[in-house]
Amino acid sequence: MRGTIPLVLSRAASVLPLLPLELVSRRLLANAMAARPSFAARLGEHAGRTFAIDPLDCPFAFLITPGGDGVHVRVVRDLSEAAYDARIAAPLIVLCGMIDGTYDGDALFFSRDLRIEGDTGAVLALRNAIENAELDPSSVLGLPKPVHRPFNRATEFLFGQLRRALHAPEPSGGKAYLP
Amino acid sequence: MTAARAWNGPELVCPAGTPAGLRTAVDAGAHSVYCGFRDETNARNFPGLNFDRAELREGVAYAHQKGVKVLVALNTFMRAGEVDIWKRGVDDAVEAGADALILADVALVAYARKAHPKQRLHLSVQAAAATPEAIAFYRDRFGVARVVLPRVLTVEEIARLTANAAPCETEVFVFGGLCVMAEGRCMLSSYATGKSPNMTGVCSPPSHVTYREEGDALIASVGGFTVERFERDEPAGYPTLCKGRFQANGAVSHLFEDPVSLNAVELLPRLVDIGVTAFKIEGRQRGRAYVAAVVRAFRRAIDSMAAGGKVDVEELRTLTEGQRDTTGAYKKAWR
Repeated sequence: MRGTIPLVLSRAASVLPLLPLELVSRRLLANAMAARPSFAARLGEHAGRTFAIDPLDCPFAFLITPGGDGVHVRVVRDLSEAAYDARIAAPLIVLCGMIDGTYDGDALFFSRDLRIEGDTGAVLALRNAIENAELDPSSVLGLPKPVHRPFNRATEFLFGQLRRALHAPEPSGGKAYLP
Repeated sequence: MTAARAWNGPELVCPAGTPAGLRTAVDAGAHSVYCGFRDETNARNFPGLNFDRAELREGVAYAHQKGVKVLVALNTFMRAGEVDIWKRGVDDAVEAGADALILADVALVAYARKAHPKQRLHLSVQAAAATPEAIAFYRDRFGVARVVLPRVLTVEEIARLTANAAPCETEVFVFGGLCVMAEGRCMLSSYATGKSPNMTGVCSPPSHVTYREEGDALIASVGGFTVERFERDEPAGYPTLCKGRFQANGAVSHLFEDPVSLNAVELLPRLVDIGVTAFKIEGRQRGRAYVAAVVRAFRRAIDSMAAGGKVDVEELRTLTEGQRDTTGAYKKAWR
């Protein structure tokens, strides 16, 4: 698939312990939910579903359950034994681009750069809630407001370089989170 | 109602599936945006989409601040005995400051006209008004100011309808997912799932859609009916019965044509010539990146036409479903 990280990096990452990744993921998602309190409401009846977020080029996957009382995160080595309602799979850089609005999920799905399975309604609810959240790197990292603009600009540049280096799909519309 | 900025060229009507989508469309150059409430009163009742009452008020304020109109779609058909949700939707949209209501049910049109005599009303594509007589009825009886024409008409048919509709304006779809049926009259989704855009606001509701991988192939089903098999590297699409690939008389084919997207950008000059007032972009369910790209491209095309320049027909192709596009019925290319 387009945008996958080199195999050598993927293999190297497989020796890393999962707990630190899980703790960092929890912190980042808690920041995002705190920055966008209406997120769970937009999920509606799909709040409480468990989503398997599967970066296909990484030796781990995330099991994420967003709900009114916060978000629960678990990181697993593989999904074969895991219980979930829907799975969203793509290379990591593509998944990141969906979160920050660089990519249009439908366009990625049409071009087969994104795979989904399971509860299609839950996937759409999550996608639309993320779209409306207008998440940017600063919000996810919980940075103070004054540094948002320069940090987001720097991150956009870095991600753009990374997408080009990995031959990821072209962005669907350019600057998604910068004014 | 709030007066929008003066604009003499064609109006670019853009999708706003969420508050963030509304701001994106406004900032990208929309002349007006259309949206709906988060319930069955609008024909894009998909999970995670649409507006609650407070969000609509905020969206209207944002759009009006930038001189952009907000059109609120209440374009499903009322259920007998439960009409209050639609009437309340009309009242709340007017209260929020909507510049126009997009309606389909003739009884809701009548209610809106009676309850809000000064409110501008548009007739939804869901009403399937495709004859001069039908348009004249809505125009003369209810003062409908604009009719959104079905996507099954040719350009010549649109020209004749537009000439006959005056002073009622016409609006046509120019880009996005292509409904190949006469909208408002199609029962295929109801047949397969028990839900339809007409009554519940969803065609091929995602709750009834499944994707399954079989080797390298992707199998798409709706309501338990397998309607498409996408082979490795073949562009995928959202499964609807009308766009499925079926076997009949020994041959496998689509009913009308491949599930490609409507892209009428090359027809814009002709549509302006025949007097079409507004160009509509489909896609309230699409992401901000898509909306921004499409709205910017069409706004450039319209501004270029206004300045006597040419229209760039290539730049939108990568954003179309299946990454292929069509002029649909406008050129009568369907078999």
